[in-house]
Amino acid sequence: MSIELRNVRKAFGDRVILDDISLTVNDGETLAVIGYSGVGKSVLLKSIVRLLEPDAGDVIVDGETVAELHRDALYDLRRRIGYVFQFAALFDSMTVFDNVAMGLQRINTPQDEIVERVRQSLTLVEMNGFEDRLPAQLSGGQRKRVGLARAIATRPKYLLYDEPTTGLDPVTTAVIGELVMRMARELNVTSIVVTHDMKSAYRIADRIAMLYKGRIRFVGTPAEIQQSEDPVVRGFVEGIPELAQEAA
Amino acid sequence: MSTLENPVAWVGRAAIRSTSGIGRFGTFSLRFARSFRDVGTWARLVVIQMAKLGVQSLPIALFIAVFTGAVLALQASYTFSGTVPKYFVGALVGKTIILELGPVLTGLALAGRVGANIAAEIGTMRVTEQIDALETLGYDPVAYLVVPRVVAATLMFPVVIAFSDAVGIAGGWVTSINLLDMSTQEFVRGLRLFFVPFDVQFSLIKAASFGLAVTLIGCFYGFATSGGADGVGRSTTQAVVVGSMMILVLDAFWAVALL
Repeated sequence: MSIELRNVRKAFGDRVILDDISLTVNDGETLAVIGYSGVGKSVLLKSIVRLLEPDAGDVIVDGETVAELHRDALYDLRRRIGYVFQFAALFDSMTVFDNVAMGLQRINTPQDEIVERVRQSLTLVEMNGFEDRLPAQLSGGQRKRVGLARAIATRPKYLLYDEPTTGLDPVTTAVIGELVMRMARELNVTSIVVTHDMKSAYRIADRIAMLYKGRIRFVGTPAEIQQSEDPVVRGFVEGIPELAQEAA
Repeated sequence: MSTLENPVAWVGRAAIRSTSGIGRFGTFSLRFARSFRDVGTWARLVVIQMAKLGVQSLPIALFIAVFTGAVLALQASYTFSGTVPKYFVGALVGKTIILELGPVLTGLALAGRVGANIAAEIGTMRVTEQIDALETLGYDPVAYLVVPRVVAATLMFPVVIAFSDAVGIAGGWVTSINLLDMSTQEFVRGLRLFFVPFDVQFSLIKAASFGLAVTLIGCFYGFATSGGADGVGRSTTQAVVVGSMMILVLDAFWAVALL
């Protein structure tokens, strides 16, 4: 079982964002999706849980075509996928505890089990003791950790991270990167991590896919991408815009 | 090309915009109706919304009602002076408050308070991806956010407006006995003169429809929000303007349909 994208196309008006994208994420692996801002990385991630619907092509999760799922089956699928949003997307009128408990309440988990699972999830992201705080009382890094705790509370099979380290200082970035690896290791989840941060991508990913102009430009291991001769890939990973511009 | 240069194109664009807006609202209403079956999600949130949208709206509603009743009594007295018996002041205050001003003025005030509150709250949730987060946690956001608000307002607007009617009439009565040299007996005589129980039903039916319209429109614009703080501001304004207009349309509709 895995996540598979087959010839996925998505456009907003005249602007084609994803153009015939095909990609497979194998069970248990961590795939980093890299690329310039606005290239469609978040669109790709949102297409997997049908927050956005592709114009063409199929997204297949655990053998089920996501576009064909009726309402209840779709919500059932979404419960198997944890989603960590770029800016955490915590419910700002709720405490940290209630935020993390939301997914568990949805599946009618007994109250004592909710308390235990919230505690475990917050422990995993090292946010114990913050249960009664409101999101407005947390720093950016803490919010991202709570967002991660909320995503893992229901013990999902897949975790999708939308730029988990954007806007964080280098130390917090490293901590979040470590958490991503820890989730994969301890919870045995399959992960897709959308990121700009090559340092994080090299550390956490088993494979890296680069999106460029709506298409997959490269897929390979961190070692392979570092040896790539493609000027677009090299320009991005080494931070040399001239290389990419020449190739374009 | 400016509006002046090509008015035909402007009219065409406006027609397309409003038609597609009606279509989107229809789709949203259909989704709202479908989400009703998710009782487990919305039922437990209704009471919270009843307090927020109904009970907390009482002060502004009663404030408007008491002054409306007082002014109506004074204006009725001024209009009737020398031609119509004084007790007709009670008739005019009662009839006008119950049939029209109680529901409509309170409805317009609540369109501002409730409609703006809902559109801003849901709009902010939309632009900060909180609605997407609800979806990824397995919640139907319409069942979670829209249904409890609409149900609560449809139930609570009649309660708020019933209080408004009562307080409006009380305002007219206090004004009559203190400023118009009338007795309570005279005021009550006038009040009972043309009163029929159906007037109250009419007022409450209108109130329920105002509650439904104001909240559904507020939720619609909240869900349709895009583009950050500017988008939230735009949605809030549209929710209040369209909600207020819809109250006047419904007011006319019920007058034609039920009177």
